[in-house]
Amino acid sequence: MSSDELIWRIAGGSGDGIDSTSQNFAKALMRSGLDVFTHRHYPSRIRGGHTYVEIRAADHEVQSRGDGYNFLLALGDSFARNPQEDAFYGNEEIKPLSENLDELREGGIIIYDEGLISEEDVEALDLEARAEENGWHVFPMDLRGLAREHGREVMRNTAGVGATAALLEMDLEHIEDLMSDAMGGDVLEANLEILHEAYDTVTEEYDFEHDLRAPEGSHETEQALLSGSNAIAYGAIDAGCRFISGYPMTPWTDVFTILSQNFPDMGGISEQVEDEIAAAALAVGASHAGVKAMSGSSGGGFALMSEPLGLAEMTETPVVLIEAMRAGPSTGMPTKPEQSDLEHILYTSQGDSQRVVFAPGTIEEAYEQTRLAFEIAWDYQLPAIIIYDQKLSGENTNVDVDFFDREPAPDLGSTLTEEELREAAHDNSGKFKRFNYEDAENGVASRSIPGQKGGRFLATGNEHSPVGHISEDPDNRVAQMDRRLEKLESIREDLDSRESSTQTYFGDETADHGIITWGSSQGAVEEAVERLNDAGHSVKGISVSDMMPFAEADVTEFLESVDEAMVVEMNATAQFRGLLQKELGRFGEKLTSLLKYNGEPFEPAEIVEGYEVNFVEEEREPTAQVRIEPAAGD
Amino acid sequence: MSAFNAIGEEREIDRDEYTPGVEPQPTWCPGCGDFGVLKALKQALPEAGKTPEEVLTVTGIGCSGKLNSYLDTYGFHTIHGRSLPVARAAKLANPELEVIAAGGDGDGYGIGGNHFIHSARENHDITYIVFNNEIFGLTKGQTSPTSPKGHKSKTQPSGSAKTPIRPLSQSLTAGASYVARTAAVNPNQAKEIIKEAIEHDGFAHIDFLTQCPTWNKDARQYVPYVDVQESDDYDFDVTDRAEAAEMMRETEDVLNEGTVLTGRYYVDEDRPSYTEEKRAVGELPDQPLAERYFDDDAEWERSYDLLERHT
Repeated sequence: MSSDELIWRIAGGSGDGIDSTSQNFAKALMRSGLDVFTHRHYPSRIRGGHTYVEIRAADHEVQSRGDGYNFLLALGDSFARNPQEDAFYGNEEIKPLSENLDELREGGIIIYDEGLISEEDVEALDLEARAEENGWHVFPMDLRGLAREHGREVMRNTAGVGATAALLEMDLEHIEDLMSDAMGGDVLEANLEILHEAYDTVTEEYDFEHDLRAPEGSHETEQALLSGSNAIAYGAIDAGCRFISGYPMTPWTDVFTILSQNFPDMGGISEQVEDEIAAAALAVGASHAGVKAMSGSSGGGFALMSEPLGLAEMTETPVVLIEAMRAGPSTGMPTKPEQSDLEHILYTSQGDSQRVVFAPGTIEEAYEQTRLAFEIAWDYQLPAIIIYDQKLSGENTNVDVDFFDREPAPDLGSTLTEEELREAAHDNSGKFKRFNYEDAENGVASRSIPGQKGGRFLATGNEHSPVGHISEDPDNRVAQMDRRLEKLESIREDLDSRESSTQTYFGDETADHGIITWGSSQGAVEEAVERLNDAGHSVKGISVSDMMPFAEADVTEFLESVDEAMVVEMNATAQFRGLLQKELGRFGEKLTSLLKYNGEPFEPAEIVEGYEVNFVEEEREPTAQVRIEPAAGD
Repeated sequence: MSAFNAIGEEREIDRDEYTPGVEPQPTWCPGCGDFGVLKALKQALPEAGKTPEEVLTVTGIGCSGKLNSYLDTYGFHTIHGRSLPVARAAKLANPELEVIAAGGDGDGYGIGGNHFIHSARENHDITYIVFNNEIFGLTKGQTSPTSPKGHKSKTQPSGSAKTPIRPLSQSLTAGASYVARTAAVNPNQAKEIIKEAIEHDGFAHIDFLTQCPTWNKDARQYVPYVDVQESDDYDFDVTDRAEAAEMMRETEDVLNEGTVLTGRYYVDEDRPSYTEEKRAVGELPDQPLAERYFDDDAEWERSYDLLERHT
């Protein structure tokens, strides 16, 4: 018998190998034919501190974390501070068990490592009574002892996986394969022994009274398990980007790392530099010299990029920047997701913004929109920004391998060759009219690259004449400004004329109520819309990606078609709703907000509840840690 | 066949080619030291065999930032303090380009100080000219990082309590492999030093004394100046780090007492440039990366071929 979905949570301390173990287990589930989705919760701490990874696996598509979970593997925190003493921060060792109980569903399973978590502590938790009340099935096992017996203590994760597989009646084949890929020799042998020993012990010695089993499924095509950060990095590679400059900062570091590791084999260049001002300035410099370049950071680091970003706008230097949001302001909560940098990204840097901003909502969109960002940036000569967050950055899901089977696009867009430069307009002294507003098309004036014959010009952050020389002439100013802004209108038309929209829709087209979201909250909204419709409500959803130039037509059409709409976003001041109203200038009375900013992403049930409170039972208060912001005038 | 045929072109070069027809006359004040830098560059570049379109001049903000408005190369007039990171990247993207970065003392030693230290540390193969007039000129005469202690200005009305920065010593400590000081009032030496800096493989830093007759009236005109290589009073080995350090320190100390010492202070021809170092560890392609984008036969790797690790 298999179950509808498994949501397996592996919990331990930072440094306990939770990431790699969960990655492999997720892959094993994927290889068995299931769709998977991971969610990572971790503190800003290298050793110790309660951390977990949740894997949701089902025989159907999963695009979000679930509501709660149904299987806990609590390893205990082997890096706990002063575990033997009565420390003021409490007993950290047991937190991977105690901190996770509230969200465990009825009938769920718990395995905990009694080799690390003491019996006394468990008694103090009152676990037995709670288990009875909730119908939990609890399996204490000495995972540490078992690992020590056959290998080393750190292999206790393997023991936990073996026990998990036994309880779920999963085949060990895929897990063994993955272990063989990752290790060899004595280490592999010891791990395999531990895996089987744990599996057999559970199978032979425990009574199974639980219903939960691993779901069964199959894929028609080969699947790859990857994160939003992988997808952004791969989108950049396929767009022909071969230059990245950066400074480490969570969570943007993931993309920086992936590209730094891959570029040397691809003839690319990665530069880790002194600060984010330099990082963005390097990307601008590299692009100016003729390569497809990118940089990026997270909130605070991106703040330092404001000036080079403006320089790229004014000098019309194509560049792609990415910003991985985390909870702010200031250092905020470095390892927690939030969607609160939208206004920062749209408007940072002095003067009128002349940039493109995309907010992908899924891993596939992260890939597509990164490619698109490069295409647009080089065609239209302006900075294009991908705004995402800690959630999308770190979550893994399975994608069709074939999805990536496409042609690379290294083309430099509106850049001229020497041959073309010979035909291009020059001034009397022979200087190339790099910023020529006279025959610009869609606002775009063609560029040359230093070293090209006949292409010399001056790029400057000052307002400038067609050859790039500083100019404060009013007519020139207006002509240049209008030309640069015309590019944004052209991009909007370009995007609107494409076959597939960058906005994503779900639910019934004729529905009365709408839910609008953006970025990484998309998956949870999609699932919530489905559940609401199943429950008899009439709801549809849109997830918006085009922040600038704003998806005006798509969103207008959506809002005109519904009576009311709820805007779902992970911040406290309803930034996206503000953008909507600024861009569209109406609909204020139709829009309410569901806001969450406690550091945890939305669960679908919270959105369902938010909808009900908002539109159905207005007297009710939400039980989740969210805030509802009424419509304008309410 | 290169996509950048201005690079490496061998022909007679007239220094007038470096004068832009669109803006032949600088807007600097009469008597400004910046004219000296421009003139020296216009002489040094043809002598070094460089044609205008194989040179990228990257500047910061300030009077000095307008250098590339009056020097007809490819130019990038960036933002305050950021000429170096832009210049570095251009050099990495196309190591065949001749890259010259320039800015003022506030730009390079103040707001861009971090980039100065790291660019020198990494020994990028670029020439960096700092127009040092010991004052903020374009913002009308405020105290700068190189202004002498006690310097009075509208923003330091009681006189600066700060000791000036030591540009030469700092450059040496950070890792520059060519360090020199010259002065606008010494055009021959300036031209020679710029030429040497261009030809040097590595980070060549020139602290260029440029008198500001408008805002630094009570400051010297940097005359008389002494060339430490020419004078019998000074004897040190420019390839010896310790001797160079001592000479730099003395030079920085006596400037504020009215003695203007100039010349080459440190030359290390053995230290590999960053381009070489990065190639040696396999992180910089042999062919200039910029060339690849113009090569129709170039093979581009695909993420599809990386997926095995994810399946």
